[in-house]
Amino acid sequence: MAIMRADKVGFQYGQQWVLRDVTFEVRQGEVLGIIGPNGSGKTTLLKILDGILEPREGCVWLRDRDISQTGREVVAKAIGVVPQDYSMYFPFSVEEIVLMGRTPHLGLLRFEGQKDFAIARRAMEMTDTTEFSQRGMGELSGGERQRVLIARAITQEPQILLLDEPTTYLDIKHQVALFQLMKMLNKKENLSVIVVTQDINLASQYCDRILLLKNGRFFSMGPPSEVITSENIQKVYETDVLVDSHPHTGLPRVTLI
Amino acid sequence: MVFRTVNLLKVLEISFLLLVVLTVSIAVSLFVGVTDIGIFRGITGLTRMEKEIIFSIRLPRILFAGIVGASLSMAGAVFQALLRNPLADPYILGISGGAAVGAIFGILIGAAVLPLGIPGLAFLGAVLTVISVFGIARTGAQLRSNTLLLAGVIVNAFFSAIIMFLISTSTSSEIHNVMFWLMGDLSLATTGEIALTGTILLAGFAVLYAYARPMNLIVVSEETALQLGINVEKAKKILFVTASLLTGVAVAVSGIIGFVGLVIPHLMRMMFGPDHRILLPASFLFGASFLVVADTIARTLMAPSELPVGVITAICGAPYFIYLLRKGRGY
Repeated sequence: MAIMRADKVGFQYGQQWVLRDVTFEVRQGEVLGIIGPNGSGKTTLLKILDGILEPREGCVWLRDRDISQTGREVVAKAIGVVPQDYSMYFPFSVEEIVLMGRTPHLGLLRFEGQKDFAIARRAMEMTDTTEFSQRGMGELSGGERQRVLIARAITQEPQILLLDEPTTYLDIKHQVALFQLMKMLNKKENLSVIVVTQDINLASQYCDRILLLKNGRFFSMGPPSEVITSENIQKVYETDVLVDSHPHTGLPRVTLI
Repeated sequence: MVFRTVNLLKVLEISFLLLVVLTVSIAVSLFVGVTDIGIFRGITGLTRMEKEIIFSIRLPRILFAGIVGASLSMAGAVFQALLRNPLADPYILGISGGAAVGAIFGILIGAAVLPLGIPGLAFLGAVLTVISVFGIARTGAQLRSNTLLLAGVIVNAFFSAIIMFLISTSTSSEIHNVMFWLMGDLSLATTGEIALTGTILLAGFAVLYAYARPMNLIVVSEETALQLGINVEKAKKILFVTASLLTGVAVAVSGIIGFVGLVIPHLMRMMFGPDHRILLPASFLFGASFLVVADTIARTLMAPSELPVGVITAICGAPYFIYLLRKGRGY
């Protein structure tokens, strides 16, 4: 069953089309990876899926609602986003940032109650961020900060989680930990996950399906074994690669030649 | 784990504490001045003249100082949040420059004889400035914080030139009044002005406080705020208009009092954290206390002559600000 659908979505900055005629479905409970070269429109597509950018063409459906006609607070209850970066102009603490996830569930003037604290506490336990809950965001490492932002998204209690290149600033240990956390949330919380990433191998190991974009257009979509082939990678990235099976998982593995 | 974030009880506790500070500041200021009225006379009984001085001369002025201080510090807190710049102050969008040109123009053409002549022109100047700054910074339906900041700085610089021009070409004997106005003057408040600014302050606080949580999110990032369900453009417009109105009214009736709107929100953020649900009432109450005390010092330090209150706020504010900068990543 489709939880989201992009229907002939297009977007342009100025005269330049960065995304054109992209149509696909996101299934309930799947992990969908979006990959493609720099400038292929991945991040733009993610913002359109969240309704932060309005497409110039086509539309995005959140179940049976057109997202551009849906109030922000309704979208925020359904979709949680883990942004790529966090700016630190003011010294908010980790727990304050996590509790901000309750915003769509609270009225303008209402303070957080016991239920909100319980939800935030659980999110912080899942993401292993409890121990530094009182610290300022500025005192954390990139990997810790990323986990806090995931905790905030979980606190939002969404049905869909969007992640924008979550491993960009992380070392391999934290990259794997992050994708495992993502998979765990997908299984245990029944979250549908959409992750934009540059790491084709991680996408192959952890995603149920992969959407490959080229120059802002749909190129291919399907399980990793169908999408990640040396032919597809050659055509989209214009780079020769060796694709074989991972000895443990049997899933496609990309090696630069 | 226990959350140590802001809750209603904490807001009430801190507000009560700061209300006590404000009350003490007002009470002490009532008994300090050119005419020496010992504070114990309040217990032993006041003469008729002492009552007159305290309730008809000092009290209105003290209330006025409190209202202006609260308006400026709250507006400062809001501008710092919206421009995501902890060094922003209420005048950053050129409001002070616009108001000053209006007021100086009024003083030089003798508009002071009209009721609300000078404040009226100052307010007009402030409003026109804000409108043009917003016009410059607008791209499509969006207001971009950085463009807004730069537009404000440029407009303020432009107005400084006009002010200098007006002052240097004027031969009027009113020039002393102009200088006093430019440095902030709380001595000329009428009852009507106090009632008007007080009403606007309370209404402004109510509007701003309703947007305290959205402000927290906007400070983190506008995209985060949008993503968490806030209608960011609407919130920004309401907040900018309210904060500009508070500043414009304060400037119009009291001149340019620097540093209050910059330093007080800063100090409150250091003491109570960046959550606007506490930052707004704290800035309101402590800003009021600060300006009450500063104005009392201004009217007594060189008694019987008075100093502009802006001199006192700058003398206290500038060194504190340098200290913040030297401390490194100050906020």
